[in-house]
Order: sequence, then C-alpha cells, then structure tokens
Amino acid sequence: MKFRAEKRIDAPVWMNVVVTLLFVSFAFVAGGLFLYTQGVPPLSAYWIILRSSFGSGYDLSETVVKALPLAMVSIAVMLCYTMLIWNIGAEGQALLGALAAAAVVRYFPAESRVAMLSLMAVAAAVAGGVWAGIAGFLRVKWNVNEIITTLMLNYIAIRLLEFFIYGPWRDPSSLGFPMTKPFIDSARLPTLWGTRVHMGLFALLVLAVVMEVIMRKTRWGYEIRVMGDNSRAASYAGMNYFRGVVGVMFLSGAIAGFTGMCEVAGLQGRIQAGFSAQYGYTAIIVAWLSHLSPALSLFVAFLMSSLLVGGAALQIEMGLPLASAAIFQGLILFFVLGGEFFLNYSVRLDLGPAKGPDAHEKYAGGGG
Amino acid sequence: MTEGRGAVPLVEMRGITKRFSGVTANRDVNFSVEAGEVHALLGENGAGKSTLMNILYGLYRPDEGRIFLDGKPVIFRTPRDAIAAGIGMVHQHFMLVHTHTVWENMILGVKDTPFVLPKKKIINRIAEISGHYGLQIDPSAMVWQLSTGEQQRVALLQMLYRNVRVLILDEPTAVLTPQESVRLFETIRRMSGEGHGVVFISHKMREVMSETHKVTALRRGENAGTVATSETTEEALAEMMMGRKVTLDVNRSRLNAGKTLFEVRNIRVLGDRGVEAVSEVSFSIKQNEILGLAGVAGNGQQELCEALVGLRPLLSGEIKMNGCRMEGSSPRRFIREGIYYIPSDRKGVGMASGMDIVSNSIIKKYWSKPVGHGAFIDWRNSAACAKRIIEDFDVSAPSLHTPVRNLSGGNLQKLLMGRELSEAPKVLIVMHPTWGLDVSATRYVREQLLAARENGSATLLISEDLDELLALSDRLAVMFKGKFMGLLDDPASVPTEKIGLLMAGAPVEAA
Amino acid sequence: METLIPILAAAVRSGTPILYATLGEIVTEKAGIMNIGLEGIMLMGALTGFSATLSTGRPWLGLSAAFAVGACLGLIHAFLSVTLGSNQVVCGLAMTMFGGGASALMGRNQVGMTIKGMAPLDIPVLSELPILGRVFFSQDIMVYISFILVFFLVFFLRCTRPGMDLRAVGDNPRAADAMGLPVARIRCTYAILGAGLVALGGAYMSVVYNKFWAESMTAGRGWIAVAMVIFAVWNPMRAALGAYLFGGVDAFQLRLQAAGTSVPTPLLMMLPYILTILVLVFISIGKGRKISLSAPSALGVPFYREERD
Repeated sequence: MKFRAEKRIDAPVWMNVVVTLLFVSFAFVAGGLFLYTQGVPPLSAYWIILRSSFGSGYDLSETVVKALPLAMVSIAVMLCYTMLIWNIGAEGQALLGALAAAAVVRYFPAESRVAMLSLMAVAAAVAGGVWAGIAGFLRVKWNVNEIITTLMLNYIAIRLLEFFIYGPWRDPSSLGFPMTKPFIDSARLPTLWGTRVHMGLFALLVLAVVMEVIMRKTRWGYEIRVMGDNSRAASYAGMNYFRGVVGVMFLSGAIAGFTGMCEVAGLQGRIQAGFSAQYGYTAIIVAWLSHLSPALSLFVAFLMSSLLVGGAALQIEMGLPLASAAIFQGLILFFVLGGEFFLNYSVRLDLGPAKGPDAHEKYAGGGG
Repeated sequence: MTEGRGAVPLVEMRGITKRFSGVTANRDVNFSVEAGEVHALLGENGAGKSTLMNILYGLYRPDEGRIFLDGKPVIFRTPRDAIAAGIGMVHQHFMLVHTHTVWENMILGVKDTPFVLPKKKIINRIAEISGHYGLQIDPSAMVWQLSTGEQQRVALLQMLYRNVRVLILDEPTAVLTPQESVRLFETIRRMSGEGHGVVFISHKMREVMSETHKVTALRRGENAGTVATSETTEEALAEMMMGRKVTLDVNRSRLNAGKTLFEVRNIRVLGDRGVEAVSEVSFSIKQNEILGLAGVAGNGQQELCEALVGLRPLLSGEIKMNGCRMEGSSPRRFIREGIYYIPSDRKGVGMASGMDIVSNSIIKKYWSKPVGHGAFIDWRNSAACAKRIIEDFDVSAPSLHTPVRNLSGGNLQKLLMGRELSEAPKVLIVMHPTWGLDVSATRYVREQLLAARENGSATLLISEDLDELLALSDRLAVMFKGKFMGLLDDPASVPTEKIGLLMAGAPVEAA
Repeated sequence: METLIPILAAAVRSGTPILYATLGEIVTEKAGIMNIGLEGIMLMGALTGFSATLSTGRPWLGLSAAFAVGACLGLIHAFLSVTLGSNQVVCGLAMTMFGGGASALMGRNQVGMTIKGMAPLDIPVLSELPILGRVFFSQDIMVYISFILVFFLVFFLRCTRPGMDLRAVGDNPRAADAMGLPVARIRCTYAILGAGLVALGGAYMSVVYNKFWAESMTAGRGWIAVAMVIFAVWNPMRAALGAYLFGGVDAFQLRLQAAGTSVPTPLLMMLPYILTILVLVFISIGKGRKISLSAPSALGVPFYREERD
C-alpha cells in the first residue's frame, strides 16, 4: 500500500475555494493547539478575535481601517510576484513614503488641501518607488538577490525613520516622545461616516480596478505576465526585461509609498515610533492567498485584517504579545502551501501490484 | 555473431503496462535480452522506448507486469536496485553531475564506497576499465569541460564501473559524429563478446541493421514484434515500427536563389561561461535559400543563433540585413526587420508555457495593429490570430485557452513554427526543428520549411541530423568549437564521411 | 593595537551566530533546498535555548534543545518543499512569520530575566599567541566548535561520500536519482540538519552572547546570513570571513554608541544592513560568473522522478 500522486491538468475553481478554506481552517486548528500548549484557552482567544473585529459597527470600521493598507500593499507586491520578483520590502517602501509625505508637510506646507495632498502623494510615491527601484535595478543589472536587498532596505528604512523622529523632526512639545509635529489640517485625509475610515478607501477601490485593467487588458500587463512566466521567452520576443523589472519594482514601491502616506495623513496625522504594524509582511500573505488577483485581495485583506485587530485585542485582554498574530499568518501560509499540493496533484491510496517490500513506504515525490 | 548465448534470458520483462496521468506509455509489453546479445529497441518518438527502459532501470514503476532476472522475479524500486542486479542505463541526456569531476561521477551512488573518498584507488580503477574498453578520459576533469562525446564516454564508464551485465543505451549515436559512432560500436561489440547484454534504442535503421542481433519494435506503446536482425529488412522494420508506409522524403524543388539578404562577417560571441563560443564566423544567405549548419551540439550553435537575433551581444563583427548594419540593435528591431527565430528549446525559450495559446500566438506582434491597440491589447483580434495559426498549421488543441505546456511535443512545435512562419519571415533561423517529433510531424515541419524557402525566406537551418540537413539544404556549413570548418556548395554530392571529419574538427584539406 | 584587540575578539563573538546560521544555510542550499526562513528559526532557537537553560541551569541542554527545535522546523520546511514541492520562498517567509510570532508568545514571561551563560575558556598555548590568541582562542566553547565546524564542512563537502552525495542532489537531482541516490531522503536530511545549525546560531545569541531573551532579538541576522551564503559562494571558509566582517561592524558600532559619539544611534545601527547590501552588490559585480557556477544548479527546484517535460 502506498500513496500515489498524479499531476492534475487543471483544478476547477470550486476545488480551489474548498481546498483553500479547508486548509485555512486546519491552520486555525493547529494554531489553537499551539495556543493551548502555551496556556492560552484557544476558544476564548478566537472569540475575542471575532468579537473585536466584527462585534460592532465601530469594530467593523476599525477592521476596514486596518484592511486598507493591507490590500493596497498586497496589490503593490503582487505586481512583483506576477513577474517572479520577490519584493518583500513593501514595509520599508511604505515607511519611506510616509517620511517623504512628512517632509513635504514640514518644508512645503500649503493651504489648499488638494495641492497639499497631491504633493504628498507624489512625494510618497516617488520615494517608495525609488526605494524599491534600487533593489530592482541591482537585481537586473548585477543579479543581486532582491529578497535580501529589499529586506535590508526595510531595516534601513526603520532606522531612518527613527533617526528623524528622535532627531531633527522631533516635536519639541511632545514631552520627549519620539514623534513629529501634528500635520496641518490641509495635510489630513478626510475621514468618512464619523469613523476612522479615510478617503484612502476610494483610492484603494480605484487602484484595484486600475490594476485589474492593467494586468488583463494592456500591453504592459501582458508583458509582465509573459516575463513572469518565462523571462527567456520574453527576451526572445523582444521584451525589455531590464526595463520591465525596474518599472514594476518602481510602481510597486510607489504604491507602497502611497500607502504609507495614506496611513500618516489618514490616521495619526504625524509620524510616531512604531508607526507601521508590519503591514508589509502580512500583505505578502494576502497577495499569495488571493492568487495574485487585485480584486480578490480586497476580500482577503479584510479577513486578514480581522486577525490583526484581534491580535491587538488579545494583547489588551489576555496580555499576549502583539506579534502573536504572526503565528497564525505563518500557519495559514504553511497550510495553504501544503493545500496547493492537493490542487496540483490528485493523490490516491494505491493498493496496486507492488506489494511486499515497499508496503510501508510513502510516496515522497518519487524519491522514496 | 550469434554464438555463446544462453537459453534463459538475462533479463525478461513480461506484460509491462505504464500510464502517465491517463496517457498509456506502455501497454502489455514483453521484452527480453540474452547474454552476449545486442538487442535493438526500435520505435518512433513517443512510442514508449525510453519509458520501457526506464522501468527496467528502476526509474519508473510499472502499473502492471513483472521483471525476471535469470528467470527469477525481481522488483526494482529505484535505480539502485537495478544497478545492484547488474542493469545499467546510459540516458540520452547523460545523468552526470556537471559540477563534479569525472571520478566523482564514477562513484556516485556506488554502495560500498568508504566515507572518505579513496581518490587514488578510484582513478586507478577507472584507468583499468577505460584501457580495457578503449574509452580514454581524464579522470580529474570537470564534466562541464568535456565535449558531448567525452561525456558519453564518462556515462558508459559509469556503468562499466558498476559491473553491469545488461547495458541500456538510449539513442547513443544521436550526439556523436559518424567517426565517434564507429568507435562506440567497437566498444559495444567488445561488451557483447564478453557476455554482456546490450539494449540499443534507436530509430536509425542503418545502425540497427548492421550492429544488432535482434530487433524489437514498439508502436504506440505496444510490442509490434521481435525478429532476428539477419532475417529482416529495413523496409519490413519500418513497417513494423509505423504500421504503415511513411517516408520522410520531401520534394525540394530547384529554385534559383535571389539576392543576398543576410550577411554575417567575422562575428565573435562569448558563451555563458565566459569563453569564446563563436569565433570569426562569416557567411551569407540569399533569398529562397536554406543554409544548413551541421555539427555536434555544444559547438557554439546555440550562441550563434542567439547572436544572430540580437539576444547575445557580439564581441566583434558585423551582421547585415539587406545591407543595413544590425549589430547592437535590440531583439525587437531584429523581429521588426523580419528576422524570425525558432529555438531548439521550445518550452524554455520559444513559449511562455504556463500561458494559453492565444497569449503565445501574439508574443511577437502584440505591439502593433491589429493585436495591439494603443496601450491595450485587442483580445478578440488576438484570438482570431491564434485560430488562424491553429487552422493553417494543423495544431490540435482542446481550446484556444489551453496552457501551452499541456500540448504534445508535435503540436507545440507546429504552433511555434506556425507563429513564426505566418509572419512571412524574410530571414528564418531554425534550430533542431524536428528534434523529438514523430515521423508525420517531422515530415510536416520539413515541408513547411521548404514552403518558406519557396516564399522567399533566407533560412539558416541548424540540426544534428545529417539526413535532414542533406534533404533540405542548398548549401551546408559545418561548425566545430565555434568555428566554421567549411562551406559546401553542393552538400548532397559530398560523402558523409567527409562531413563527419569536418564535424570532428579535421581541417578542410584533410577532409 | 591594544584597543583593537577587544574589538576584534568581540567581532568573532558577535559574528558567531551569523556563522552558525550561514553554515546551516550552506548545508541546506548545497542539497538544493532554499530556506530563507532563517530569521524565524534563529528566533525559535534563541528562545528555546534561553528557556531551557533558564529552567535547567545547564547551557549545554539549552543549546541541544535549540538544535532539536531547529531541526523540527527544518523538517516542516523539508516536508513542504521536498515532499509537497511547495514554493520555497513563500515557505521561508511563512517560517519567518511563524518563528517570530511563536517565539514572542512562548517567551512572553521570560523577558527581562537573565542567565549565567557560558564561561570563556582559554585554550592552552594557542591563547598565548600574540594578537591571534586573544582574538580567537580566549573565547567560549561554542566559538571553538564553530571553528571546527568550518573546517569539518570544507572537508566533508570535498572529500567524503555523503558530502559528494549532498552536492550531487543539489546540482543534478535527476542524475543523482538515476545513479541510485535517495534524493528526497538526502535533501530532507540536510534541510533538517541545516536548520538545526541555524537554530544553534540563534541560541548562541541568547544563551552565550546576550544572556537574556528579547522579542525579535536577532534583528535581521537571519537575513544577513542568507546574504552571507551568496557572499561566501557556498564555501564555509568564506562564510567565516563574512560572518566576522559583520561581527566586526556590529562590535564597532556598539562601541561607538557606548563611547557616546555625535553620530546618532539609528544611523550607526543602519551600518550592518548597508554593509550587507554593499557586500552583496560588490560580490555580484565581481564574481557574478563564479556565483552562477558555484550555486547549486537545482537550488529551489523541487524534484519529481516521474515528471516528464
């Protein structure tokens, strides 16, 4: 008796959905067991997560608030992943965007809200774009591993932000807290419906539509998909891989940078220590779980955001570290990765002729 | 040549069936090899020869059927079991680790090797075996530094080192010059003389008739018969293998070549490892002309092709299209000038194989009307264009949106040829166009190349198959270690041996 | 010179965690498996090492426990990437997140505690050598073990049968398989052992170097180790060189901080990361071809025998 795996030609959509949901729930079972071993009652923990993120209108709005940057950044990174370029530095690119926006507010304040916000958006997009573009350039020019460069640029961006808020940009009236002065009114994104949900929501919706159109309908989107499928075929067809990678990295960084600007201008209205809650990393999961579809990422980001909101609630109510939410993120990725095997291969128990010596051998990818 | 063979076969396969994701590669096949026998396994591409032998070698497990060794049933779960039982195989793509030395490859997977590798002892043993069989090799060389012929020697030695009794050779002469093939057959005769059984996979009738004792033909995964070589003829074998009479003869009409279209002068190109892969190559091609390029793979053909379509920079030299200098231009400019390229690596270079037929059909024209539409792509026109290729070039596919990777080798090549030829190329560069295709697809591809010639294309045809080159080319060049060894104006009149000598690097005068 | 020696000795100490992690990743990558989740594994190793030492009082037990936990995480990575053929980059990211989160949760009650750690041990004769003696041979046992490990790995990879098998499955799994090597088993074995070494690197930080546990205490050293593998072109000797270079920069910037320089701390703390990028760019420009030649050819590519292309 042994397991046999056979490659599937194409898995139907419903199977994708079912398998993904099944394995995500496995992840929560595993996560619950893990919490249990750590002396945390899993059911009450899950209840806290659910209640805190969906319990009331206000909670729901908070979940949306946190889903906004997640979805935006995930759209940014999925652009790169379509090309098989591993930009895992969206975190740093968002920080740079926020810094650039703050710099504009500080040095070129404008009375008009439209002028101020547009200026901030452009500055943030360029800053994030350049930050990511560096890694893209190094990758295509000298084949420098972009996973490492984007990640190192994350750490550098964090230190850079610290430098400014502890140093030259620190608000003298903040009683020593590391934060900048509050932004002027024209530099704030208006909020909606009396909640903390800000105008970034519309930007996100527009972005998702635009990205869907770019990927499906335009020459550029087509090029990106060909380059991601087979870069050698792309060069063979006369596509410029160099410009493709740098361009995609720039755009990706620009979106991430813009996200950073939305966060400071929409929520805090200033930059303070620990301003970003690791959205950059969570967005990677969102991108992966939504199968690199911008539209789908809106939905996935919302669910993932409930985990972040829940994580914060767990910190308050059960005294768990904020980073605990990362356990679930890691587990979900593990299980969904494992689940993909069952989408690509059909596995069956084989009671065929080869009995005897290999009775207890598991079919391990042909290697035995 | 038939003396000294025993009655009980060395190895026997009975009722072998093997399926891959629903495709039956072998159905109820019986096959056996006796001691001292050279047994040809004949069949078209895709007939299941390699699959059957990979089962005997323990790489694949049969879904049904059994294997007997000296009359006793055995189960091979891995190649390790097969090797231990005395069965060895030299694959078409040699199973060598390129970054290892020759001697390291020799002992790879050998069970009783001590923890610390006894380098001296191994090298002595290699010298002993290679002396005995006339297979000279430098044991300390890295495999990637060796020529294809030398690598085959390493692969053979690898098996002899393991004292195998049955040796399977998968199309061993496909990568050799005619002279190298002669030497290989000497080694094979020596082995069978010593009582080894040899399975010789091939589709070259001539070799099968002169070098083997017995022939088994496979057809669509089934055994189409086993006969003694001395009691059959080439024609009978061909019919056995194909089930019908198919010839590969194509009609090459007499055409007067037009004006010179494509000129290359003294180009030098670097290979991936930083050594010069193409040195001082010059030639020109006229309209309505096919220039054949013979040579063993790995002598710079790949790099030459890439340089000719702008994918690889030149160190020096000129490329002229219609008198205009092209070197240094982007690959897209080459395409716009009408220079089209059919690469040998269809899935790795020619296609984005995860994408569908429509997306792959427009890969060289998505920027211009009617497919490109400003910044957008008109998918309706794209689908129409894909449909035209599929109909004109006889591609069979479930739908226009099938990922290209799911197409069979023949259909993939037809799609690729169709995409390039439907653009009415002025210059066509084609590499190994019929590699791995079955007879009918091969014939189709060759006819299409001749049709392009009649329509005015200037074609550079690179192939390892001399018969193909002689059947299609107006002129023939031979490449060895990055250099052109000679340009033959009337290739059909030149004896094959002479071309073989050129392929092995002999200077023109000697040849 | 006298002021330099303590810095150099500190460089060796602070480079040791990176060295262990880099060696572990070299072993893993040589087998053709890419595990970029080092950061997560190191953190789990650091936490396990610390809490086991805290509860038993024996650093040895802590370090062994860390190795075991690392090996378990390596097993997860091996199962997903070898057996199920998953995307190894995404799997590594998952490992990073899981390791970071789980170590934070498990160690939440141990923040702020300290342990005694390991006493330094002068090696007789060798520690008397001028300069070298105090830089290399007045350290703790884990540093000496890392020296031995470097030399052993060089020997192992070049001159032994299992070492050759390991390189073979990373370079051409199809050939290795056809020659009868159990590709999947070999790959899994080294992915597990490699992850164990990585965790040891993390444990060195908490048990020997800092003697306390803090959330995210590795601060990117796992990622630096991933970069170091490329810098080292998969050669353990060069890995040591790279690790000590980083240890040096780290020790240097810590000393500058302590000395109260006018350069703001955040800018000093950027140094190792900037250096990583520079080193990587430098090596990629200078040795681009050597990197592509030395990189295991099948790195990150799952292997299935019956898959025909």
